[in-house]
Amino acid sequence: MLAFFLRRLGVMALTMLCLTFVVFYLVNLEPNLRKLAISQTEMHASDEHIESWLTRNGYRRPFLERYAAWIGVWPKKPNIDAETGKQVSRFTYCEEPSVVVYAGVIEGDFGCSTKFKTKVAEKLLPALRATGLLMFWVMATMVPVALFLGILSGMREGSKLDRALSVVSIVTTSTPEYVSGVVLTIIFGTWLGWLNGSAASATGDGITFYNFTLPVITPAIYGMGYIARMTRASMVEVMTAQYIRTARLKGLGFYAVVLKHALRNALIAPFTVIMLQFPWLLTGVVIVEVMFRYQGFGLALVDAAGNNDIDLMLSCSLVSVLLVLVTQLISDVGYAFLNPRIRVQ
Amino acid sequence: MEFMSPFAIVLRVLIQFIPVSMAMAVLLTVSLLFKRRLGLYGFIIETGTGFAGVSILSFWLFTAIFAASVAPFDPLGQIVSMKDALPGAIEANSGLPYLLGGDKLARDVFSRMVFGSRIVLIIAPLATFLALSVGIMLGLPAGYFGKRIDAILSFLANLILAFPIILLFYLLVSPGILETPIPYALAGFFFVFPIVLLFTLFWSGYRAHPKQLALRLVLTLLAGGWLFATFVFDSDPFHILRVSPSTLNIFAAVALASGPGIFRIVRSLTLDIKTREYVQAAQTRGETPWFIMLWEILPNARGPLIVDACLRIGYTTILIGALGYFGLGMPPESPDWGTAIKESSRLMRAFVHPALPPALAMMSFVLGLNLLADALREQSLKD
Repeated sequence: MLAFFLRRLGVMALTMLCLTFVVFYLVNLEPNLRKLAISQTEMHASDEHIESWLTRNGYRRPFLERYAAWIGVWPKKPNIDAETGKQVSRFTYCEEPSVVVYAGVIEGDFGCSTKFKTKVAEKLLPALRATGLLMFWVMATMVPVALFLGILSGMREGSKLDRALSVVSIVTTSTPEYVSGVVLTIIFGTWLGWLNGSAASATGDGITFYNFTLPVITPAIYGMGYIARMTRASMVEVMTAQYIRTARLKGLGFYAVVLKHALRNALIAPFTVIMLQFPWLLTGVVIVEVMFRYQGFGLALVDAAGNNDIDLMLSCSLVSVLLVLVTQLISDVGYAFLNPRIRVQ
Repeated sequence: MEFMSPFAIVLRVLIQFIPVSMAMAVLLTVSLLFKRRLGLYGFIIETGTGFAGVSILSFWLFTAIFAASVAPFDPLGQIVSMKDALPGAIEANSGLPYLLGGDKLARDVFSRMVFGSRIVLIIAPLATFLALSVGIMLGLPAGYFGKRIDAILSFLANLILAFPIILLFYLLVSPGILETPIPYALAGFFFVFPIVLLFTLFWSGYRAHPKQLALRLVLTLLAGGWLFATFVFDSDPFHILRVSPSTLNIFAAVALASGPGIFRIVRSLTLDIKTREYVQAAQTRGETPWFIMLWEILPNARGPLIVDACLRIGYTTILIGALGYFGLGMPPESPDWGTAIKESSRLMRAFVHPALPPALAMMSFVLGLNLLADALREQSLKD
């Protein structure tokens, strides 16, 4: 068990290293650096101006050295003004160390966001909290409804109810967030006026039913159908098992059999599916946050990517990769935990 | 400005779609009449979901084919007086109505939706088949040989799967990256796979028949070379097709995003099938590994692969829509559905009519694919 965990942790670390290296390479491509320099100086900066800005702020140091410094295994050198010989911060809004230190991700220094003009940690933590809240509510609506629908349609395979619910789940899986978001906003926001088509006020005034319902149900609808179908398939399989027939033959009522005998075994397979929904939900959350202007992780990611905010993008990719890998681990371990026939090895 | 009544709008939309509905009627009647001779397709069209799926898909297919005669206006043409016109507004000069209204740049929403189907119906299946050939070509050896090949390829696949898709798109489909060789190298890498797949397929299968082998290899090389030149270098020697660098970039990004998923499915199917007796029989006969993979394992994995390909085209459509929604890759005036949804969703408080048609079009097309996949799955579970 311990060896299993250690090996998984090793693979996780390697994956994160490779991915951040790819991201680091891509954000440091020449056109992207120029884009950053232009957005940080002024709109019509000349080539020499851009070049001097990039050199002054250390973007012309060797690529591997900067990557190692970002990780924290190579010392970060303070930025020295060429004229005065004194140490100056690269960006006025971030204090930078004036001595040579190791200050990378390992040491807990995530760098400086050029777009939001603050430290990455100060921007990202509230954004992650906001997104965590959104994801919690999405899961809290999506999972129970999906499981209920799946069990309902799987307990009598081929019935009218099963067919109707199957069509419902196919329709929901065919409706990506940017489609259902638009349609729901038109119906409930513009026509009926019951709900707010923007969640921008949620950051300042806190979440309410009025401003938070649409951002929650939009990704929930897209994900619901998939979980429901997996639950249905699992339920159908369980309902044909021998022990269910035995339970029925010994005279137990149909619903007693469903609730006591079938349900627990039928929920093993959907558990994996639900855990693997988290990374996938992250993509949905990005779309939803952009659509409803909710100040969370997704909006920060899109703003960072649009402005080539190097440090913020790297941290965003780190967070999402971590989420993917941790949920994978939980789903593997949890599956073995729920299903005694499978042993972790 | 004059307006049509809602009833007249509906009637007029139906009239516009006459070529499409006639083609659909012919296709569906022929399919139902000869369903006994059509094999798998015949069985599928008999079921309710299969019929619905085929109907929706053929509707969009024929809409894409007849787009020029269905759409009354140019999808990019702006007629200033029609800015934000409500549905049914009649354009004064031509006397034709903007059936579903005009958008904020005074273009006809209906015509844009119709022409948008062309972009979606060309890019989504092609990108999926590209990803499919990559997934097959890498998944088969990973599953069959196992060991180190499997470890390396699986690690790479998991690496890409762990990448947040939106970030991947922002990094790979930004306008700046077109100045670097990365998208061309990536697309060149992916477009080699279909050619290599066909080559290996014929090479391993027809080695005993040099004449047939030569014919097939030459045909593959010609067709593959033409496609490769057209797509990767945008230099079609016959000047039939033009593929802009940004479109190529979309192909590369979408293939990269959905290739690993297909790889994993092919790999697990191969792991399952390689233990069967007919594979052992082929091994005993002394067949080469690639013959066994491509002529013994692959045909027997086709059922789940077809279902997955069907679902995957829908997923690719959603991805391309997401690209359009974030304003990546597609030119800003492009009539594709994702871009249209993005353009109109910003003004939804004021005008809702430009947002609904592309949203419903996108949804119905993906729904058609999912229904078809569902019917295929039901059918494959039967036998």
